[in-house]
Amino acid sequence: MPEGATGKTSGGAAEAGGLAAAIGDWRQYVVYGGFVVIFVIFALTLRDRGFLTPFNLLNIVRQTAIIAIMATAMTFVLCAGEIDLSVGALAGFVSVTTAMSIDAFGTAAGIVAGLATGLVVGAANAVLTTVVGIPSFLVTLAMMGIATGTAMWVSGSAAIPIVDPSYTTPFGSGNLGAVPSLLLWMAAVAVIGQGGLRKTSFGRKVLATGGSVLSARYSGVDTRAIKRYVLIASALSAALAGMLYAGRLHTGRYQLGQGDELSVIAAAVLGGTSLFGGKGTVAGSIVGALMIGLINNGLILMNLEYSQQLIARGVIIILAVALGSTR
Amino acid sequence: MSACAAGPDAVRMRSISKYFGGITALDGVDLVVRPGSVHALLGGNGAGKSTILKILSGVQPPSAGSVEIFGVTVKEFSPEAARRAGVAMIYQEMSLVPTLTVAENIFLTREPKTGGIFLDDRTTVGRARELLAKLGATIDPRAPVERLSAGQKQMTEIAKAISQQARILILDEPTSALSSAEISHLFGFLRGLRQLGVAVIYVSHKMDEIQQIADTVTILRNGRHVVTKALPELTLDAIIEYIVGRRVHAFERRPRAVDRNRRPLLELRHVHGPRWPIDASLVLYPGEVLGIAGLLGSGRSELARVLAGIDPVTQGEVVVRDKVLRNPSARRMIAAGIAMIPEDRRTEGLILEHSIFSNICLPTIDRLSPGGFVDDRKARSVAAELMDRLHVKSGSIRAPARTLSGGNQQKIVLAKWLAAEPDILVLDEPTAGVDIGSKAEIVALIRALADAGRGIIMISSELAELLATSDRILIMRAGRLVREIAREEIDGWAGAGAIGGEQISDLEKGLELAIQEAGPGA
Repeated sequence: MPEGATGKTSGGAAEAGGLAAAIGDWRQYVVYGGFVVIFVIFALTLRDRGFLTPFNLLNIVRQTAIIAIMATAMTFVLCAGEIDLSVGALAGFVSVTTAMSIDAFGTAAGIVAGLATGLVVGAANAVLTTVVGIPSFLVTLAMMGIATGTAMWVSGSAAIPIVDPSYTTPFGSGNLGAVPSLLLWMAAVAVIGQGGLRKTSFGRKVLATGGSVLSARYSGVDTRAIKRYVLIASALSAALAGMLYAGRLHTGRYQLGQGDELSVIAAAVLGGTSLFGGKGTVAGSIVGALMIGLINNGLILMNLEYSQQLIARGVIIILAVALGSTR
Repeated sequence: MSACAAGPDAVRMRSISKYFGGITALDGVDLVVRPGSVHALLGGNGAGKSTILKILSGVQPPSAGSVEIFGVTVKEFSPEAARRAGVAMIYQEMSLVPTLTVAENIFLTREPKTGGIFLDDRTTVGRARELLAKLGATIDPRAPVERLSAGQKQMTEIAKAISQQARILILDEPTSALSSAEISHLFGFLRGLRQLGVAVIYVSHKMDEIQQIADTVTILRNGRHVVTKALPELTLDAIIEYIVGRRVHAFERRPRAVDRNRRPLLELRHVHGPRWPIDASLVLYPGEVLGIAGLLGSGRSELARVLAGIDPVTQGEVVVRDKVLRNPSARRMIAAGIAMIPEDRRTEGLILEHSIFSNICLPTIDRLSPGGFVDDRKARSVAAELMDRLHVKSGSIRAPARTLSGGNQQKIVLAKWLAAEPDILVLDEPTAGVDIGSKAEIVALIRALADAGRGIIMISSELAELLATSDRILIMRAGRLVREIAREEIDGWAGAGAIGGEQISDLEKGLELAIQEAGPGA
């Protein structure tokens, strides 16, 4: 037998594997490079329009934080091989339930009501997906309508004002020193999310579930439980997002968060998370969300018309994803 | 062979019976496996191999009989209990997550942690590297599994089982996706495990592998134990006879005469493919079986792809019955009467979810559809006739192709192309993963087709079937046809007066030598 040939072949394969791995890793970081490039371009071209002022930069973070929070949980959902389209509608629904409860019973009740709304919707998504066996795409698409409809119904389609600063200050309106509370919320969620996905066995199981359900199950992972957890986490993140919307705008209103699901998914995918499961990082999703915020801000400062903004944003996103995709 | 270690048997299954409703799947079967040995479990489809392995791995309880693992009687039959007792079934890549790394896969759900919460990646990688080194596998523990070769995946799978304290490994057709270099690597690896006292139960249809790796052989037939013997006490003929239940002469050499004065069916003149083949020339006469031998990766499948019109001919000429084919495409090749039966029937040969019937009729669907509408009755009768002729065992021609066994699936692929009534048939590994009884039937079918005047090009890694069918054998290496061996030369390899199994093994040795002389692939 050609024993020498055997050794040589497998050695070559291992080398090729290492090289391919390096290239694959490089592609994961495209979002960071893209972020820096776009930032530098805007910094140079929009210098005299106030792009680099601390106020404008904080403004970008403020507008992005809520998307980033939902994108963190969405990363887990996508990594587990599922999707959640109901986050935007749920955020609006939660802003309504929170505002109504604050109005009737005070701040604490508002927080509880908001989280409870998220928990109920998340549990419904989780059970319908993993127990009844409807694809999460359909479950959450249907849930999107149910959440918006319920919010319109209970609020009579009207905005419900929140005046109590004990709620609005911590939830999005206030600052801690010079730092907006929105930024703190985003940072906290990002750190927990990044650590949870990279550094805990729960995160490893999420990645295994999305990488191959069958293999994960054969390895002793309760893949259904994992899917339930990530869908509930996603709903809770949407609940937090809704509460932050309510706090920032001093209002509960069913339209808040409308259409956010697409920005959230785009942020995660820009950040290198696979729509097919098994791959993704929270840090990437956060940067993806910031990048979308950055692009929106820059295009507005350029005085582009809304129609032009839409086109430019679409082109930039396609370019970024194309650069980062393996094939 | 270190099969004589003291201590209890690794597996001791006594008088195992298993009934499903009124059907007896196993009838008083014994299976005893020593630690530190490779035990081959053989039998045709439906012999009861998978049932007894399911009982051993805890997927099903036996209806009667007892199971002892390392001297401890098994009381609870569940996959978890079997795993705890040290039994690991190695699935085909089934328990690996492609997007995770080798180390992450090995320790999935049992990750080393710091402070009880955070994953300790450095320890994970270190321990995986240590384990792989101990097992003699050269795999980077940080490489994602999706970038590994099939052989490396298999070894990762085994390493994972060993890390879970497996002492009994069940391997079911582990080499079906491996190249020959990887197979010899895997065998070296299994021999290492044997030294560590692991018991390996090895299921395969490939006799040459059994002869290389097994210490002991147990053969089942129709749910009954037929024989357990040390490998050296069994000849290939005896093994086949035990499996099939009767003497089989399928692999015996039978003299045939090919009239090479007739007009050739097919000629390749200095044909080049996109990469391979390089400068391939050959002539195929009516009624001839032309064998193509060579190591895996020597370019045999590439030659088949060019012949099927899937890969383009970049230089040279393809001549069918004295007519040069211009820019041969798959459609033109089929129109010229060439049918290719690909190596991977599950992806290239069959639409698994479609019915047997629509699979068979796919290549001839236009002919069966006068005016564009499928003549269902005619199509069904063609399909039924072919299934009958090929002895396909299936309840209904409407059943999805995936419900068939490997051997029967391969027969459907053959049927599909026989329906097109080709003059020239190119077969790429026609018996891969097929049980020995179906193999014999396929070999007989190839002979019958040649006798009926068709030309057949047969690519195979199984020397026994190449020798049994071929009138000439071409040896391929690195994309080139490097040697032609005439029948007379082949017959000269057999020792004077050697008959039956002896003759076959003489011929196999001769061909093996000729392939090795041609040298390795690229």
